Amino acid sequence: MCLAIPMKVEQIEGPTAVVDAAGTRRRVHIGLVDEVAVGDYLLVHAGYAIERVDEAEARRTLDLLKQLDVEAP
Amino acid sequence: MLKHLDEYRSPELIEALRRELAALGPEPSNLMEVCGTHTMAAARFGLREMLPEGVRLLSGPGCPVCVTPTAEVDRFLAAGALPGVILATFGDMLRVPGSRSNLEGERARGVEVRVVYSPADAVALARAEPDRQVVFFAVGFETTAPTVAMALAEADETGVGNFSILCAHKIIPPALKALAVAGEVNVGGFVLPGHVSAIIGSRPYEFLAREHGVPCVITGFEPADLLRGALMLLRQRREGRAEVEIEYSRVVRPEGNPRAQAAVERVFEACDAEWRGLGTIAGSGLRLREAFSRFDAPGRFGLPMPEPFDPPGCRCGEVLRGVTQPPECTLFAQACTPEHPVGPCMVSTEGTCAAYYKYRRTEEPEP
Amino acid sequence: MSDDAILLSHGAGGERMARLIEEVFVAAFDNPTLGELGDSAVVPAQAGRLAFTTDAFIITPIFFPGGDIGHLSVCGTVNDLAAAGARPLHLSAAFIIEEGLALADLKRVVASMKAAADEAQVSVVAGDTKVVPHGAADRLFITTSGVGMVAEGVSVSPARAQAGDAVLINGFIGDHGLAVLCAREGIELDTPLQSDSAPLGGLVGRLLAAAPDTHCLRDPTRGGVAAALNEIAERSGVCIELEEAALPVREAARGACEILGLDPLHVANEGKMLAIVPEAKADAALKAMRSGPYGEDAARIGRVMEGPAGRVQLRTVLGTRRIVDRPVGEPMPRIC
Repeated sequence: MCLAIPMKVEQIEGPTAVVDAAGTRRRVHIGLVDEVAVGDYLLVHAGYAIERVDEAEARRTLDLLKQLDVEAP
Repeated sequence: MLKHLDEYRSPELIEALRRELAALGPEPSNLMEVCGTHTMAAARFGLREMLPEGVRLLSGPGCPVCVTPTAEVDRFLAAGALPGVILATFGDMLRVPGSRSNLEGERARGVEVRVVYSPADAVALARAEPDRQVVFFAVGFETTAPTVAMALAEADETGVGNFSILCAHKIIPPALKALAVAGEVNVGGFVLPGHVSAIIGSRPYEFLAREHGVPCVITGFEPADLLRGALMLLRQRREGRAEVEIEYSRVVRPEGNPRAQAAVERVFEACDAEWRGLGTIAGSGLRLREAFSRFDAPGRFGLPMPEPFDPPGCRCGEVLRGVTQPPECTLFAQACTPEHPVGPCMVSTEGTCAAYYKYRRTEEPEP
Repeated sequence: MSDDAILLSHGAGGERMARLIEEVFVAAFDNPTLGELGDSAVVPAQAGRLAFTTDAFIITPIFFPGGDIGHLSVCGTVNDLAAAGARPLHLSAAFIIEEGLALADLKRVVASMKAAADEAQVSVVAGDTKVVPHGAADRLFITTSGVGMVAEGVSVSPARAQAGDAVLINGFIGDHGLAVLCAREGIELDTPLQSDSAPLGGLVGRLLAAAPDTHCLRDPTRGGVAAALNEIAERSGVCIELEEAALPVREAARGACEILGLDPLHVANEGKMLAIVPEAKADAALKAMRSGPYGEDAARIGRVMEGPAGRVQLRTVLGTRRIVDRPVGEPMPRIC
């Protein structure tokens, strides 16, 4: 029910976009996400983008995780 | 390299999280995940090995495929028996048992069954076969419902009249409420489904923390997400807090995705629904609104709801609530095996019973 | 021939069928034994052990990225012979054709078979043709049987894997099954992946020359590497442990698997050979595979251990372990 992966927007055509994951691509519907731009990473489930990946939050999460690594004894 | 995915599988980050978890000390507690994709992820990466001593990760009723009741499968199969009908379905549904057969079995008997990756593909199939009727099995939680809503809107706007759905969508918060109210298992914390929450946000879960005092963390699906989610839950417990926190912040906002919520609102409304192994849970399902009722396959074809069929002896309900272990069920490994599953815990290839069976077969205790 | 589609009469044993056989099959396969069109092919016998195998091919669509049912049918049987440690020699090919199949498509398939046969250095010496009514077959089914000779001193068997052995594979896994699945209607993922359909007689020949005491060979077709290794683990009564980090999977294949929810270990391959060899011979075996076609990306992917017997497990990139089961049914896209 929850299988969705981040895919990169390569092209936008009206209500759809071509998105890419490591060279495999698919046209998906983007009507559920606003202001999609080429280069965005969209979370794709069953052929639809259901959210945009927030790059800033992603960076923040990874920084937090890396902090743990640094602080380790 | 898969961006926003592979970074969360870095062995160094995982090791750091494991150390943080270990540093909390032994802490007997049950954490429960309620998402089939979490069940799969935990199994795929062997994450239970990484939790501290005494912390058990239980699999709750989180696989919408597996909790689809027998009667619903029977109803879909009945549609397939009608002349000119093509059944369209997600691949997950092929082996979910009906009372006598399943989709895979009926396909062998000549029912036309097409597996699709997207509900949009089912609509395209209908467009490509104007002389046939395409009936789509609309299964899934709140992550999937918006995609079906969009596909229906498209069918509506582009006049695809030969498309209809059997609506079997379920929603999670009422099931969580039922679990919390039943209170049989001491659930020390809920690992909440990240993608369902991307749609509905964090507010629908507040009652779990406020009224039931259960810590909750909305968690992503990569190893680093799951371990960090577990860490956040155990810290809440340690600090005597009960809140709904968001671990998966790169995708989940507290308000969720308003567009997706609106898409669902427009097409569907809440109703009572039966969950395989758990019985009927009030307000836990979705059905089509009046304005879209012409897309309802049972209405269009006059498909009655078959009698509910509870396989005698199946104890999935108790297993899903975490109160029973698979070997305590008399059907386990006898009438109920991965090749011939009875209840959802065995239907799901990583369900509690399927996992137990797999590890037991080669004579080692479940890790 | 004036007909552009195959008709029931092409299978009826009369004039039309004789012409079809001459102009399509005999002309393409082009060898004196077949050309004799006797009721049986008669070939010189050789001393030693004969390997004999048969396989039916029903893949749909019949043309897919990187291959077709014809190429597959020759390579599949050649590879089964190679997996027995045999040098493939002769093939037969029986065709069940659905009425209405375009003649051009049949010719294309047969040409592809010839190309594969030439590469594998085998000849198609016997055949059969049947035409069935529309709907009784999905365009075209091909059954190939093959014979080959097993050299002295070679004794491969799924029961011979021993603790301490190395598990090797000749290249990237998952390409074939994914290429076919992504092309399917209702799934339509756009991927650079192509079927890896290839004849591996030469590869196996090199391998056996470097490691004559290879214990097991298996081509991981339906059910993928998981099914093939589970079979060996059970027959040999051993445990096989794979290293996730060592599995050769193309990035595009990983992407497709993540999108569809598939495990590359469960996906069919048509140009791959698993080899289980004594550890002492592992490096030589790898070098031999890498020194020629279809082995450039050969890798060591795991090892054989004492027990638990019959188990295949994976050491994940995180260092944890999980069981690798046979897939139940054909891998299908999931949403859950």
